[in-house]
Amino acid sequence: MKLDTSGLESFSTLTAPGDDVVGEFSAPPSFQLPNSNDFDGFVKEAIQMVKPAKGTTTLAFIFKDGVIVAADSRASMGGYIYSVKKIIEINPYMLGTMAGGAADCQFWHRNLGIKCRLHELANKRRISVTGASKLLANILYSYRGMGLSVGTMIAGWDETVIHMSNYHMAFAQLGPSLYYVDSEGGRLKGTRFSVGSGSPYAYGVLDNGYRYDLSVEEAVELGRRAIYHATFRDGASGGVVSVYHVGPEGWKKWTGDDVGDLHYQYYPVVPSTVEQEMVEATGA
Amino acid sequence: MECVFGLVGKGFAIVVADTSAVHGILVHKTNEEKIMKLDSHKLIAASGEGGDRVQFSEYIHKNVALYQFRNGIPLTTSAAANFTRAELAAALRKLVGVVFVQNPYAVNILLAGYDNHTGPSLYYIDYLATLHKVDKAAFGYASYLSLSMMDTHYHAGMSLQEAIDLVDKCITEIRSRLVVAPPNFVMKIVDQHGARECAWRQSLPSASPTFC
Repeated sequence: MKLDTSGLESFSTLTAPGDDVVGEFSAPPSFQLPNSNDFDGFVKEAIQMVKPAKGTTTLAFIFKDGVIVAADSRASMGGYIYSVKKIIEINPYMLGTMAGGAADCQFWHRNLGIKCRLHELANKRRISVTGASKLLANILYSYRGMGLSVGTMIAGWDETVIHMSNYHMAFAQLGPSLYYVDSEGGRLKGTRFSVGSGSPYAYGVLDNGYRYDLSVEEAVELGRRAIYHATFRDGASGGVVSVYHVGPEGWKKWTGDDVGDLHYQYYPVVPSTVEQEMVEATGA
Repeated sequence: MECVFGLVGKGFAIVVADTSAVHGILVHKTNEEKIMKLDSHKLIAASGEGGDRVQFSEYIHKNVALYQFRNGIPLTTSAAANFTRAELAAALRKLVGVVFVQNPYAVNILLAGYDNHTGPSLYYIDYLATLHKVDKAAFGYASYLSLSMMDTHYHAGMSLQEAIDLVDKCITEIRSRLVVAPPNFVMKIVDQHGARECAWRQSLPSASPTFC
């Protein structure tokens, strides 16, 4: 296979007259590519491995004063881009994030909210985040293989939680909880998660700036910054950064900034000195 | 790149699993427990897709507990292993739903247990519902790197210290030769005193506290 590079040569036709290589005069310059079936295949494969299945960036982390939940707002349908609310208020003390199919996330979070309320009415006390996330994980697991696309985090503040698992003894845990639940049926408990196509970028900023003893303002700023950087590098993320804080009294929305404005806030335009000015060409 | 392996020693069985929860190229957690206590004297180490691993392990756990409630005595390790295998086999070919699809569990399991009369035992149960009672076993990429090591150094009736040394040799081999080796491992042991955690091997201190 020969690659045509004639567009790169501007003066290839200006060879001296009387050249003995008459045949080369009219043929465009080119070079041979390696003799394989799929030369670019390995690069494509690498990209596919990282390819966003869920075009968004959401993150959440636990710190000493509660949970910070942050997300972008970009949703796209083919080439059309619009803005959606990706942090879903399940009830006044629990939040869910949306990644994957918007309809799937909205519907099942709403459904989870209903089940949580029923639990409260039946048991006369709030459901724990552990319980709520397990309810959602079991529902999603039962639809496994049927095409649901949900990558969500459930974050909340529990009053008192008795943590009983198959791995450890029971103990009481007060305060914030964070779970990652996805449509394959996976459920992970943790202190820091980021989900979506922009999540590797967000993890970089989040992991670097994270300390358990951040103040609320610092933590909100960390969440905002991490989402901003992800929207800068990831084409499938953008719009507006929303940051919520879940404390002992419940959740509160802190910021909702457009990422375009944030860009110029973090990186103001500095007039640069002109080294060379372009002048009109006076003629060859 | 999940690594699960185990072996039987003198009066005990030890299972080791990595502790990374991975999605694509991202590591979500480095302290995810993959070895569950099935009952007081049984351990189930599972590797496979996230949802299946947890859901299937919990399903087996609840059914084993139910048997004990109903009958007043716990299942033997052999019975628990055969039950697990039967559940995997049933799901392997059973058609489910309106549009008939198969929904097999994509989990590989090592079941280790101690019975008073027969001593320690280890069962290899793979996702196609193969069942073997073995002295040593490994799943995943760990198998390529640790099986030959275990074959060389294993002998019947190893002491706990010898077994831990062998496990450490295997972990070192995995860390040095596997291209994306998991940083942390957990070892759990089951003997006449019960099933419990034995040790962690961490090359990366976990971000989350260990109760997560």
